[in-house]
Amino acid sequence: MSAPLTGELAQIGKSVVIKGDLSGSEDLYVDGQVEGSISLKTNSLTVGPNGQVKASVEAKGVVVQGKLEGNVAASDRVELRKSAVVTGDISTQRISIEEGAYLKGKIDIQGKAEAKTAQK
Amino acid sequence: MASVTQNFMKLFRGSSGGPEANSPAQASQKLTRRSSGLGELARTWDTEKSLCVLDLGSTSAPNIRHFTARGHRIYSEDLLTASTEPGLVTKDEQGNVVLDSRKFLADNLMYPAAHFDIVLCWNLPDYLDESLVRPVVGRLWSVMKPGGMLLAFFHTRDAGPDSPCYRFHIVGSDTLEMQRIVLRKEARRGPTGAVHTAITDGFQLQRVFNNRHIENLFRDFASIKFFLARDNVREVLVVR
Repeated sequence: MSAPLTGELAQIGKSVVIKGDLSGSEDLYVDGQVEGSISLKTNSLTVGPNGQVKASVEAKGVVVQGKLEGNVAASDRVELRKSAVVTGDISTQRISIEEGAYLKGKIDIQGKAEAKTAQK
Repeated sequence: MASVTQNFMKLFRGSSGGPEANSPAQASQKLTRRSSGLGELARTWDTEKSLCVLDLGSTSAPNIRHFTARGHRIYSEDLLTASTEPGLVTKDEQGNVVLDSRKFLADNLMYPAAHFDIVLCWNLPDYLDESLVRPVVGRLWSVMKPGGMLLAFFHTRDAGPDSPCYRFHIVGSDTLEMQRIVLRKEARRGPTGAVHTAITDGFQLQRVFNNRHIENLFRDFASIKFFLARDNVREVLVVR
């Protein structure tokens, strides 16, 4: 895993299924299933290769290796790895997409000021 | 037109190269080509503001950068990959195996009417399953703004049945970088979340449209302009 981690890391293993709203102030690694919403405004979310996230996501950074269905608002950056399957609109300052990643949705690249406004 | 194109399909299907034709070296090789159609479109996106662009090819970071850097909105939707969803396979009234175009359009190209200024079709019509081509073009007509433009590439017969399917990256105002698409054989999650393997080894040229077929395909559009390229490809710029 090479997520842009910024401190402590919480992990949701591949056998874990969560339905509801997740929020926190540490980086989160999801290799299981999450359905609902994820809010990590100053931290990063990584969806592991087995991860299946069906949620709206707000985070500083988002790395996707598995499946993510829902809109993503990242104040810093979004990385779609080659195994990523993303369905939803993405707004971020920076985005990187590896060859083979699948994305279905709108991409909105925002300046720093816009991204901060969107996060509020 | 259907019978002609179906004959070409029969001619082409099963005659393409096997997996050995899709070596990693070939897949990673990038070719550069000039595109007159792209050059004409570029004049629009270089002079107009806040355009809404739909890219129907493989997800391309260079294309996203190209449009967002100019202040345009870009939507990405890889229709060829979406068409490999196994749940789409059904049979028509004659018992022929086809893809369910209604289901396909219920899951894809779901946008408001008259939403897009520019649609980049690339080589989609040549590789998309026959049962999806007309319904997809019909949906594109409805989601494009009047006066909106669509760019598509069509092979000529000289291209041959084994013409590889490429992803297209915009690297200049009239320059494309082309990279061969190789479908991975391992199971992967499709757009709807189902784990599956592709229904074919790779995207194969399904048919060759002649100019009349192309005009017929886009008959509901306001105008059509052809650009003949040197690499056995006709570029077509269609205005809604």
